[in-house]
Amino acid sequence: MKHAHNQHESAPSRRPRLIGLVGLLALLVAGCSGSGPQTALNPEGPIGRTIDELWELVFILATIVFVIVQIALFYTIVRYRARKGDDSEPVQVHGNTRVEIAWTIIPVFILAAIAFPTVRGIFEVRAIPEGEDVLQVQVTGHQWWWEFEYVDLTDETGRTLVTANELYIPADTEVNLTMTSADVIHSFWVPVLAGKRDVVPNRVSNLTLIADNPTPPDAPHPGQCAEYCGLAHADMRFKVHVRSQADFDSWVDDQLTPAELPTEGAAAAGYETFANLCVTCHNSTVSGPDGIEDIGPVRTIEVDGVTFTSSLGPNLTHFGGRATFGSGTFENNREHLAQWLANPADLKPNLWELNDTEAGRILGMPNFNLSDDDINNLIALLEGWD
Amino acid sequence: MVLDTNKDLAEPKGIWSWITTVDHKRIGLMYGVTALVAFFVAGLEALLIRLQLTTANGTVLSADAYNQLFTMHGLTMLLVVVMPVGAAFMNYFIPLHIGARDVAFPRANAFSYWLFLFSTIMLLSSFVLGGAPDGGWFGYAPLSTQLDEFVRMDYYAIGAQLLGIASIMASANFIATVFTMRAPGMTLMRIPVFTWMAVVVSFLLIFSLPIFGVGLFQMFFDRNFGTQFFGGGGDPLLWQHLFWLFGHPEVYVLILPAMGIVSEVFPTFSRKPLFGYPFVVFSGIAIGFMGFGVWAHHMYTAGLGPVAEAGFGVATMMIAVPTGVKIFNWIGTMWGGKVSFELPMMFAIGFVSLFVIGGLSGVLHSVVPSDYQQHDSYFVVAHFHYVLFGGGVFGYVAGAYYWYPKWTGRFLDQKLGQWHFWLMLIGFNLTFAPMHILGLNGMARRTYRYPEGLGWEFWNQVATFGSFLIGISFLFFAWNLIKSRKNGRIAGSDPWDGRTLEWSIPSPPPVHNFDEIPVVEHVDDFWHRKYATDEDGRAVRMPEVSGGTLAADTTTGGDGEENQGSSDDMHMPSPSYYPVVAAFGVMVTGYGLIYIPGGWVAAGVGLVITLWGFFGWSLEPVTRDADHE
Repeated sequence: MKHAHNQHESAPSRRPRLIGLVGLLALLVAGCSGSGPQTALNPEGPIGRTIDELWELVFILATIVFVIVQIALFYTIVRYRARKGDDSEPVQVHGNTRVEIAWTIIPVFILAAIAFPTVRGIFEVRAIPEGEDVLQVQVTGHQWWWEFEYVDLTDETGRTLVTANELYIPADTEVNLTMTSADVIHSFWVPVLAGKRDVVPNRVSNLTLIADNPTPPDAPHPGQCAEYCGLAHADMRFKVHVRSQADFDSWVDDQLTPAELPTEGAAAAGYETFANLCVTCHNSTVSGPDGIEDIGPVRTIEVDGVTFTSSLGPNLTHFGGRATFGSGTFENNREHLAQWLANPADLKPNLWELNDTEAGRILGMPNFNLSDDDINNLIALLEGWD
Repeated sequence: MVLDTNKDLAEPKGIWSWITTVDHKRIGLMYGVTALVAFFVAGLEALLIRLQLTTANGTVLSADAYNQLFTMHGLTMLLVVVMPVGAAFMNYFIPLHIGARDVAFPRANAFSYWLFLFSTIMLLSSFVLGGAPDGGWFGYAPLSTQLDEFVRMDYYAIGAQLLGIASIMASANFIATVFTMRAPGMTLMRIPVFTWMAVVVSFLLIFSLPIFGVGLFQMFFDRNFGTQFFGGGGDPLLWQHLFWLFGHPEVYVLILPAMGIVSEVFPTFSRKPLFGYPFVVFSGIAIGFMGFGVWAHHMYTAGLGPVAEAGFGVATMMIAVPTGVKIFNWIGTMWGGKVSFELPMMFAIGFVSLFVIGGLSGVLHSVVPSDYQQHDSYFVVAHFHYVLFGGGVFGYVAGAYYWYPKWTGRFLDQKLGQWHFWLMLIGFNLTFAPMHILGLNGMARRTYRYPEGLGWEFWNQVATFGSFLIGISFLFFAWNLIKSRKNGRIAGSDPWDGRTLEWSIPSPPPVHNFDEIPVVEHVDDFWHRKYATDEDGRAVRMPEVSGGTLAADTTTGGDGEENQGSSDDMHMPSPSYYPVVAAFGVMVTGYGLIYIPGGWVAAGVGLVITLWGFFGWSLEPVTRDADHE
């Protein structure tokens, strides 16, 4: 646009074309190389790569069409611009059927060329992996956090591994996520591994994740709820930690070990508060003098014959071991925790006044007006539960 | 015969004359002004959104405020700005384009406008009456039916419903007008492309809005009467199907009038007829048809199953074909012409250039696996702003610069217009081009904040900077519109050496539009009255006939249609306040429904007012002197 007008004012020069070319290259580079840990353009697994290769093919085709059309447009307006002192009238052409049929048909062929890899890609990306080697994880979306249950990973008592907001998967392994929602529609999206898949109440959806390499402990793949789900949609984040098979196995062992019931000090006082207050919504599996015990409400929902765990709040058995809290939004440290326990809504917006525990409707953690002592004790408890 | 002695034909004055007007031109102008005001409101919302996103963890807005603002920005821009701007142009120019004196149902036309205005006021009033809708313009259930403690999404359900009713009535009116009130000789394949697109849009609305209406009723019932269409045991995807079965044709409703406008602008400023008029018309119709077969491309991640996704993917690709045809035909129109860079033309060229980008990114979305990544990311935000702003708004602004002389008799200021164009072009690209990159790098839509460390700050800052340039550019536009009304250069009846019938009558047009109904023999009939072609096919100016307002050649018969030019039917419809009364009653009913059960009384009162309006309307005479007949 801009360049052609410059040309219209002065004699055509090479510079605008050069600028255009550089701009185009910049666009191509931007279109093919991503930046940041949440980009879709630097995939870290085969599914992301399939999508990315398709994207690059179509992006390049689209760029070629873009260039041709823009050149045609600007060439036309420059060449046929009205010139001063030229009063002649143009030939009154009304159309040219042959040309028009041509520019109707040619795009059809280009689009057909895109259609084949597209359809193949759909079936490839959406195939649900089967077999013994596939890690099965059930995902329940909640306003505004994620619950993960490893349905095939159980301790000797038959308890499954349940965690929240930080998904651990082994590298180079097919992971089948079976997902539903406890309330409104969410969407599970880890851009470096795969496209997004909606998490819909009353429906079951699937997503396959495969990660190439383990992630460093401090740099898991970030994920984000991608379907607007109300007030704190932006803060419904999560992390995907990829581990070598051995590291994953030892993580599983850790997770399946119950939390210690503290017997003295601040943690024991914190447990008092926990057992009176927090267990209204949060669960924990603790081992005490009476053996292993689940505290807190265990709730499930059944959708299409699949039973999903659907807790009121994140399971806290191994909270201390998580790098983040508040659905992958805040670094898990004393300062943040103290702030959170003093008033969760200060950190992350919520609608706890509308909670109805009986009906299973939880829209955030209330402000319990905890004393500083309560807060410190609870932190001591949770830090110990790593 | 000139009927300037008829009292009915004198331009009435005063506010009351505007409130009771049934003149399609005044109604068109009122649509335009209302939409422009709403545009500034929704634009302000957008600037607040951009301010919030300038930095990571922005604190300008609370999450609650942000969610209301992005919902209302979308809802307002689509239903209260772009659609009504289209209606503004259609109201004003359909009768002028086809050689008619008004639309088929002038009082229903007034009712449509007033209902639109009152619904707009109602929607915007939600900000101070318990909070604005905050479930997104797409209102996905069960989020939209979840919090029945708040009236916010009731405002959405009722407000959108009423806007829809206004729109359906207007569409029926336009279709009736074009099909029954064309001047003699104005066959369907001679009507201007803009008016053709208006017909396509009207059909799209008539077929798609009722689907939306059903969905909105179901949402309202779920929220207020305990039904479970979408929530509880219902199916959340049902809403998505209903919504997008409306929502996708809606996209074409927003863009086709703009395509019609540039299809008028390119021939005028290239001094050549539109290249392939039938191709442009039929591609518009094809887009209309295909627009009903691609709705599920908004739902690729919803879990429809691979076969459905493949089918909708291919259908979506194919809709690019008629769209591409239009672009090539516009370039073909300019090819070999004499392209003058008047302001309407600059905006029209901007339209094509930017729309190509939006169209191509649309094709990228039809590649379903790729869309799994782009869906609900900022890439989509970039895409549809290139279509609806780069395409739509540039097209409508082109129309404003093109037709302002017809509305007011004066040109818009050239210098202010240049500022507007360049600031808007640069600002637009700075705002929305970076969003492609943000989306591909994982930034999700509708997020009120984003954390540090994801590398999104820079492009967000560029976008915010650009958005303020757009804001400033429209201040130039607004000032230009106000200033030029009194001080603009005098334009005369035919400032651009126009091609269609509106340029054959004075600016602004008299109440009755045409002193005598023209008899039409060509596409671009007015041009053919001014120009013949020589043996090379070049245009040759014919000798001037009576100062631009050319008398129609009434001796040449039309295509067997009734000649409406006789003086007997020169009764313009009388002003009426009943349409305002009826529309006001509907608004009161709407408010009542939002606040049920307490609001039942208001709903009843509103219904009585509405009925009073409709009764008065049906019993009053149509024209002031009708009782003499």
